[in-house]
Amino acid sequence: MSMTLAEAIIAKHTKDRVEPGTICQVNVDFAFANDITAPPAIKEFRKMGAIKVFDPMRCAILPDHFSPAKDIASAEQIKECRTFANEQGLLFWDVGRVGVEHAFLHENGLVLPGEIILGADSHTCTHGAMGALATGVGSTDLAAAWALGETWLRVPETMKVSFEGTPSEWVCGKDMILALIGKIGVEGARYMALEFHGEALAELDLDDRFTLSNMAIEAGAKTGLINPDEKLLKYANERAARSFVPLFADKNANYAKSILIDVTNMEPQVAMPHTPDNVKAVSEVTGMPIDQVFIGSCTNGRLSDLRMAAKILKGKKIHKNTRLMIIPASYEVYRAAMNEGLFDIFLDAEATISTPSCGPCLGGHLGILAAEERCVSTSNRNFVGRMGSSKSEVILASPMVAAASAVAGHICHPREIV
Amino acid sequence: MKTFFSGKAWVYSDNVDTDVIIPARYLITSDEKSLAKYCMEDIDETFASSVLKGDIIVAGNNFGCGSSREHAPLSIKGSGISCVIAKSFARIFYRNAINIGLPILECAELDGISKGDIIEIDLSKGSITNKTKCETYHAKPFPEFLQELIAVGGLVPYVRARLAEKKAC
Repeated sequence: MSMTLAEAIIAKHTKDRVEPGTICQVNVDFAFANDITAPPAIKEFRKMGAIKVFDPMRCAILPDHFSPAKDIASAEQIKECRTFANEQGLLFWDVGRVGVEHAFLHENGLVLPGEIILGADSHTCTHGAMGALATGVGSTDLAAAWALGETWLRVPETMKVSFEGTPSEWVCGKDMILALIGKIGVEGARYMALEFHGEALAELDLDDRFTLSNMAIEAGAKTGLINPDEKLLKYANERAARSFVPLFADKNANYAKSILIDVTNMEPQVAMPHTPDNVKAVSEVTGMPIDQVFIGSCTNGRLSDLRMAAKILKGKKIHKNTRLMIIPASYEVYRAAMNEGLFDIFLDAEATISTPSCGPCLGGHLGILAAEERCVSTSNRNFVGRMGSSKSEVILASPMVAAASAVAGHICHPREIV
Repeated sequence: MKTFFSGKAWVYSDNVDTDVIIPARYLITSDEKSLAKYCMEDIDETFASSVLKGDIIVAGNNFGCGSSREHAPLSIKGSGISCVIAKSFARIFYRNAINIGLPILECAELDGISKGDIIEIDLSKGSITNKTKCETYHAKPFPEFLQELIAVGGLVPYVRARLAEKKAC
């Protein structure tokens, strides 16, 4: 039978029959949690009567959400993670080493092509860009995977998304994924896998591909897969922490649905409050005043994202009524951005640069919004109260639109600034 | 496990996300009673203070979308809600609810239910009766594997049994 990439990966990990809709018991290659989801997972792991995780080198805790600890309660949660990690000998990195989980893991070769990855975080789908079936679960499911090295998965139908054409210099991966979510809606791919294809996809650098896969969940998808190509395999081989066997979709695989997105005349896209599918072209909302801009997160906190922002910010200062928070997603990104001189551009523009963390993305810390404030953010969700007050607003955009808006003090197209 | 519930309906629309079910600012504990104090706060300030034990949440499509936080079904369970019925659930919430023992049912025909209607649910039959409007709706049955998982009491007892089997081998 011809298989989609999701089906091919599941088939490699199960003895059960693989076809869309069936439930399979699968082996898990890597299972991780963060400082918010690990404590409940630890509690359930004990309730299950489990003594040891299935393989400590394939289990990890990454304290990235409320770290560096933002208050006493968060410090207690991180301490619980640290204690459990020491007891089990599983992978754990403290502040100064850890980054945002969905940037740190692929940088360190811990998520690899052809694998099944479970993370107690919905944006685990980011690692679909590595050619891995990576999906988010809750803490109890994660605890079960730690205990057994297995989980159950319903084989998803696959939606093929082809990005064709040549984008303008102001359009990047973020605009492409926002355009897709705007087209199919927040439940357009519910229970399905997305599989990204097309000439515009092939041209994207890896950072932009992670952005695409990262927001698959915002269309309700289980994962957002990309078939490995030479660029990806070179990256994976240079970093792999263990051996791996890449898998690919068959040429004549059966897709439940196919969608074409032409990027040739695409404008930069923004998602207006309070849902990621409320997508508009930036020109439709130009001029809307803003109070804050956040550039970072597992969606857009990688080196190319910071380079895009720097290209816009070079030699400029942000608007006097605006503040700009920049958070590199990992120390690798942090050091590279610093060495390239990007920090000088950001500091000259009067931005803040914080240590790697999820920060304000989920309303944690390092830039929370007050009532009636509006923020342009490169993150992935603009739900009510997501970044602070339930009376604040979040607009999702690319690093270029975000940087340009910080300079203008209102939403604007980056070409107006450069 | 209890399979019959009766309570008044709290009705919500499509795409209720886990950030509004329990905002991240409260994710500094996973105790369900502590979380319940803030459940639904950002879309319905009356919920946490007025919900009664046994009440039922009735929602549209894609209930529980967004973050994977298990704190969302935990906060609902802690609030005293006996069952959530929705036209459809986001997949992570669906798994989480089953795993923590929060009863859920998927049913396409919920438009007739208004806030405050008295609803009776028989989980064993998958039937939902609106006592206020004298209507009965039928829920979509769970896949076989999930029926087994629910029957053994959820994922924790299931894993405990699997670990015992492995040890015996």
